[in-house]
Amino acid sequence: MRLSEHRYRTISSLAGSLLFVQRVFSARIGEVIRVLSPDGRTMVGEVLRIEAETILVEVYGETTGLDIEHTTVVFTDSVRKAPLSPEIIGRVFNGSFEPIDGAPMFIPEKQSPVTGFPINPSARARPEEFIETGFSVIDGLITLVKGQKLPIFSCSGLPSKEIVAGILTNARLTEKEKGFIVVFAALGLTFHEYSFYMKALEEMKTGFVAFANMADKPVMERLLTPRFALTAAEYLAFEKGMDTLVIITDMTNYCDALREISTSREELPGRRGYPGYMYSDLASLFERAGRIGGMEGSVTMLPVVTMPEDDITHPIPDLTGYITEGQVVLSRELHQKNIFPPVDVLPSLSRLMQKGIGAGRTREDHREIANHLYKYYARGRDLRRLEAIVGRDGMTKGDILMLDFADTFESEFINQGTLRRSIDETLNTGLDLMKRFSLGQL
Amino acid sequence: MTGKIRGISGPTVQVDLKGLKLYERVYVGHAMLTGEVVRLEENRAIVQVYENTHGLGIGEPVKGAGTPLTVRLGAGIISGMFDGLQRPLERLKDEMGPFISKGTEMSALDDTRKWRFFPLREKGAEIAPGENIGFIEEGAFKHFITGRNASNKKLSSIVDGDISLDQPFGEFDDGEEIMGCHEWPIRVPRPYRRKISSSQALVTGQRSIDFLFPFARGGTAILPGGFGTGKTVLEQSIAKFADVDIVVYVGCGERGNEMAEMISEFQTLKDPRTGRQLMERTILVVNTSNMPVAAREASIYTAVSMAEYYRDMGYHVLFLADSISRWAEALREISSSLEEMPAEEGYPTYLASRLSGFIERAGVVETMNGAIGSLSMILSVSPPGGDFTEPVTQACLRTSGVFLMLDTSLAHRRHFPAINWFQSYSLYAKDAIGYYRVQVSAEWEKLHYSCKEILQKEESLREIAEIVGIEGLQDSDRLLMRTAEMIRSDFLSQNSYTGDAFSTPEKTCAIIKGIIGFHDYAVGKLKDGLTLEKVLRLEDPLKEQIVK
Repeated sequence: MRLSEHRYRTISSLAGSLLFVQRVFSARIGEVIRVLSPDGRTMVGEVLRIEAETILVEVYGETTGLDIEHTTVVFTDSVRKAPLSPEIIGRVFNGSFEPIDGAPMFIPEKQSPVTGFPINPSARARPEEFIETGFSVIDGLITLVKGQKLPIFSCSGLPSKEIVAGILTNARLTEKEKGFIVVFAALGLTFHEYSFYMKALEEMKTGFVAFANMADKPVMERLLTPRFALTAAEYLAFEKGMDTLVIITDMTNYCDALREISTSREELPGRRGYPGYMYSDLASLFERAGRIGGMEGSVTMLPVVTMPEDDITHPIPDLTGYITEGQVVLSRELHQKNIFPPVDVLPSLSRLMQKGIGAGRTREDHREIANHLYKYYARGRDLRRLEAIVGRDGMTKGDILMLDFADTFESEFINQGTLRRSIDETLNTGLDLMKRFSLGQL
Repeated sequence: MTGKIRGISGPTVQVDLKGLKLYERVYVGHAMLTGEVVRLEENRAIVQVYENTHGLGIGEPVKGAGTPLTVRLGAGIISGMFDGLQRPLERLKDEMGPFISKGTEMSALDDTRKWRFFPLREKGAEIAPGENIGFIEEGAFKHFITGRNASNKKLSSIVDGDISLDQPFGEFDDGEEIMGCHEWPIRVPRPYRRKISSSQALVTGQRSIDFLFPFARGGTAILPGGFGTGKTVLEQSIAKFADVDIVVYVGCGERGNEMAEMISEFQTLKDPRTGRQLMERTILVVNTSNMPVAAREASIYTAVSMAEYYRDMGYHVLFLADSISRWAEALREISSSLEEMPAEEGYPTYLASRLSGFIERAGVVETMNGAIGSLSMILSVSPPGGDFTEPVTQACLRTSGVFLMLDTSLAHRRHFPAINWFQSYSLYAKDAIGYYRVQVSAEWEKLHYSCKEILQKEESLREIAEIVGIEGLQDSDRLLMRTAEMIRSDFLSQNSYTGDAFSTPEKTCAIIKGIIGFHDYAVGKLKDGLTLEKVLRLEDPLKEQIVK
């Protein structure tokens, strides 16, 4: 612990958002620094690397106008912390945790480091309580449970924004209404998207905490925003006993920011230029989801990833898929057919679904309905290829039935527009569909 | 001997401490983070820190421990759960709360717990090196205490009764005390008399493995597969049902929730052979993806040292790691912070040699006291983008005996375990089939080859069927497609959430015998001139028999 702030004017080089400070007496990794520019601006930064008396600092703000002679660097002797209080509920912040909804800053109850601490694996409780998103295809076939991390894999141009807004307003727990909070973090947001989400939040009035990092903000802030959001979520979950759902959009912007910063630090690039530690970095965010045995509250995560070039093997969706417990994959084809939400059931999966459905969780017949719908739909989808070769007339009656089932399943079960469906309605829709085609003995 | 931190870059720290040895354990900073010396230069040493270096400052003190990174070996490891540095996670939770904070030292074993010790030798007896002096009852296992360093020394005293690990179990005539536990450097393989070539099959309870790609005691298998292909579920199923005494499971850079699920399952499920709780034969080493990267690198060595310790008591131990790719990535991360020259995809050039050095710790051995123990390894691999040409998969392929390729398209069709039956192989097949032929059924070998042939033929027929439709095929080909379909859905796929999750070799043999038996029978009938539809009508009573 140092008694005073240390000020240095010993910058030796400046490049992009990085600056080197010489002859620094003592500094710590991750220490927050303030940069005072010659024109009187103050920016925040962080210590990245220490090499004897040379310190590498990353600046979060716009570095235009900094110089070597007059810029001052102040070492604050503290690591990056998030201000926390129950009053954050219902508020909208920018990517640096400053209010942008017009109301004044709240008085923090406490400060917590943004990187958090890993949950002891033996303290975790098994995720098994159902969260209703209001979308049939997710609730019925790719069920989300409390403490899970389930990403949405989207493609550019698909309505992931509308799906996120739908989940923002519709998600709830089945058994209790109180204490459910959506923490929303938007990364690299364009103004168009920003106003869309703001409208959705205004309609919600409360029950959310929002962080918006705009597209024109420095990329360093983009790496910080999800950490603020998760620190806030952990605080609400494990100190205030609330169930939180953290929605982050879009992780692709986050990963690109990570790549940009890694390159400027002259690190060795990995696949497609993304740094080799991207898996660990993403995991340090996603693994913060979970439940703790003997404690109220939970952190559930729903990140959105836009797959570059619609490619699911691209490093971003690939590494995400390795960390998360399943994925919801959107399909361009379904979107063309005007189906909303355009979720492709076949590659989608919820790994924790088995424990979260059935009697006492959703409904006794949930598992059976889900298995049957998946099986018949997969059959129908398979047969579409055959239909393309031999034509509908060349197919048996049973096969044609399957084809019709697949079409109806898409247009009536998956497709639901913006209306909310409860889990009962979802399962009844599925049941009704199977009855109509006289499938399965339920 | 203390020094100071001179520089910090990611998980590596430069210190000015002199007199350190390579791979010596070091305590770094005020928080006393654990580290290991990875490079020595004239005036400085580079230390790889096993915990998050966030908040670490320049000038903070550094202290050498004088010993390399070790694990503590003794009673109480079984049914324990440890992190990559062998800190006991359960006790850590009780003391520190649900989150792991930095720099917490805690002994892996509970030194105050009383154990019942039964001596095997009496006072005055001469003890050979490695000889069992007595044993502790550790759950269902006899945990042998040996005279490790005894070179034909005589026992001058020995305890009989309840004792804790911090007390001596006895004494030799030269005054040396016999302790119930000891420290072992994790990167050093434990000694044995000799290695034995393995010829015994290891039953995993998974039909597709036991029947098509059999695994051997002391062997190594790798399971590469893209995400969602069921690597973890398959590893956990094997951990539950494999025919071994002790299972060491390493969650290496994977999900925390999975571990929570596994613990709660292992505490409720029973071992089908002994009827005891599965946790009573399991050791868990967990370093989830958000726990420090460098400790992930150490975790597999920590785990394998514990596995070898029980192997040396003459037990059959199965080591499972999920996933070895995360270990390789940790190695890459450390290597790049040391600014080493990278090879393919940024991995260090020594990836393959480190990996084969590690995999060679598996095997069937004659232990120091003449018992036979084995250590078998099953490692999952997570190739980026599901691309098997990447360095980690390729490096594993060179040293492992069974290659079980997990197939994304099978997984999408919900065929689990999604083991591709064309690409996978087992180098132990010949010995293992011989073993099953003797132990289970004389027909095993014949069935094995007919099954493979049917699957192969189906593949070539499938292309034709896609064009002309299945109705356009000849009756004999349609029959073959039908049989192959039965093999795939009723034999090879196995739901790990039902009673079918575990299949004994007898059951495996009975099912495939039923399917192929009917196939041969139907082929005969077709030759007699019956149509396929008529033959299939004959099938039902037969199928009922199979089910029984």
